[in-house]
Amino acid sequence: MTTIPAVLPAVDEVVQPNAPRPSARRGRSRRARVTYALTVLAFILPSAIPLAMFTLGPMVAAAWVSLHEWNLLAPMTWVGLDNYRSLLADPRTGDVFLHTIYYIAGYLPLVYIGGLTLALALNTALKGRSLLRGVYFLPVITSWIVVALVWRWLLNPSNGIVNTVLEAFGIAGPGWWSDPAWAMPSIILASAWKDIGFVMVILLAGLQAINQDLYDAAKVDGAGWWRRLVSVTLPLLSPSTFFVVVISLINGFQVFDQVYAMTGGGPGGASQVVVQQIYDLTFRYGKAGEASALSWLLFAVVLFVTVIQIRGQKRWVNYG
Amino acid sequence: MADATMADATTTDATTADATPVRSVGRPSLKRDTRSGTRRTVGFVLLHVVMIIGALLMFFPFLWTIITSISPGAGLTLAPALFPDNPSLAAYLQLFTERPFGQVMVNSLLLAVITTVVQLFTSATAGYAFSRLPFRGQGVVFAIYLATMMIPLQVLIVPLFSELKAFGLLNTYLGALLPTFATAFGIFLLRQAINQVPRELDEAATIDGAGHFRIFWTIILPNIRPALATLVVFAFMGSWNSFLWPLVVLRSPELQTLPVALAGLVGQYTTQWDVVMAGSVVSVLPMLALYIFAQKYIIQGVASSGIK
Repeated sequence: MTTIPAVLPAVDEVVQPNAPRPSARRGRSRRARVTYALTVLAFILPSAIPLAMFTLGPMVAAAWVSLHEWNLLAPMTWVGLDNYRSLLADPRTGDVFLHTIYYIAGYLPLVYIGGLTLALALNTALKGRSLLRGVYFLPVITSWIVVALVWRWLLNPSNGIVNTVLEAFGIAGPGWWSDPAWAMPSIILASAWKDIGFVMVILLAGLQAINQDLYDAAKVDGAGWWRRLVSVTLPLLSPSTFFVVVISLINGFQVFDQVYAMTGGGPGGASQVVVQQIYDLTFRYGKAGEASALSWLLFAVVLFVTVIQIRGQKRWVNYG
Repeated sequence: MADATMADATTTDATTADATPVRSVGRPSLKRDTRSGTRRTVGFVLLHVVMIIGALLMFFPFLWTIITSISPGAGLTLAPALFPDNPSLAAYLQLFTERPFGQVMVNSLLLAVITTVVQLFTSATAGYAFSRLPFRGQGVVFAIYLATMMIPLQVLIVPLFSELKAFGLLNTYLGALLPTFATAFGIFLLRQAINQVPRELDEAATIDGAGHFRIFWTIILPNIRPALATLVVFAFMGSWNSFLWPLVVLRSPELQTLPVALAGLVGQYTTQWDVVMAGSVVSVLPMLALYIFAQKYIIQGVASSGIK
């Protein structure tokens, strides 16, 4: 008997590097085994029941709905794979995925490099670093609706503070969220600003776990600051980096709140992302079947990307 | 060789995280190599300056929010002065008298507290099961748990909506709460934390005759306090800021939660920015208080639950 499932060996490696091996329990009495099974159930059911009912169940149901035409009110009509066909034929589907990928491509490097820089700086004996950590974490705890409001206002094309400052330097600021070409950069900017503290906290924890002796050894060998960063810090930080990248991609594909509040997908659909499209299809156009089909396409993409990352981690992630 | 190590000891002292307060700054005479000491001091001061400017940039939108919220009649046409002419709390008064923000905050608080308490329970028990109670197929079950983390809530909205409609739970708090009761994130966090608790502690307790429930309660829980504090903040934050599910499931105005009510303000009060910003400030404060309370545990908690 083994705890490692054949299905997802790599996942198991990530989450249970030093997992307990089940002890041989063959010798136990029948009564002891029943007691043990009941104990396991008592510990596992409180989470298994809600997860099965409100996550796994709806997931299966979404697959069923995606094979129907349904406006949430009238009974469902079976249409087979028609929803998938029309989604794949619709140019807007490609657009919303492209916009989402555009968002991720802008957001991920910004938030990772920013978060890493902050973590490195706040991992030194900086004065008042507790306060600074708090300030940099402040946007993380703020509701997206608030952040979106503030940023929409800061980036107001005609009288927002950003364009006012740019104007003082003689630069004509762009139209930001009101300009199709600048809507997504505006969302990316606000998103990176908000999430930088989250990345910082995770990487800071990773940095603190690195054995200080390694730095001393590197210094004895004459390694400078840059060399220590590249040869000691980054490799040993790779598990945290992996975590940040996986989580950021999963969240990035689900980007919604900031789009909904900052641009609503506009102007002219220029910042329409997948989940905004799912939301619109369901609640604005009454096309729940098509929305479910799109949801499944999204899930397939997220799962695919995550599995690729888990498979690829052995090449660069360093589990001590 | 030995000399070089000695000389470097001071450097390590000043740059090592957390352990050492900055003693040497401003006292270069104490150092053996004065020139590199000065250079380090300059770099150190520069780092402070950059970090403080960065912090101001992070804090700036909040400062702006606060100033606008106390500047009556502030609009988009005028950037508020740093010190408004006639600061007033009228916007806050309006929120709580003309708008149902008192009710909305109570609603959000109720949902967040229940979500947090239940998630602590479901995450700790599941974490214990996955860490300490080996059973056949445990790996597969855990893999399925993890897969739920990869499913966006938006994917589940439609079927979840119909499921709760079938249960007659639309427009009820129970309907809003049920899907938040267990999260793979919380289970994963606490399981990793429990994995770090030395097994010798359990074994000692077992020899003393303690069963699993007692070990869980008296050995495990006290030893994972930092991770529990981390989960409190993340669970509370998730509920307090959640927007989509409450928006969909809670249609009556009197059941509304904070983020939904805030978004509603923009539509109705496009010109009353002081009211909108007062709402923003009010929505951040409880979360800020909780974070400050738990801050020292968060960094410790993430570290001990082993991202590595």
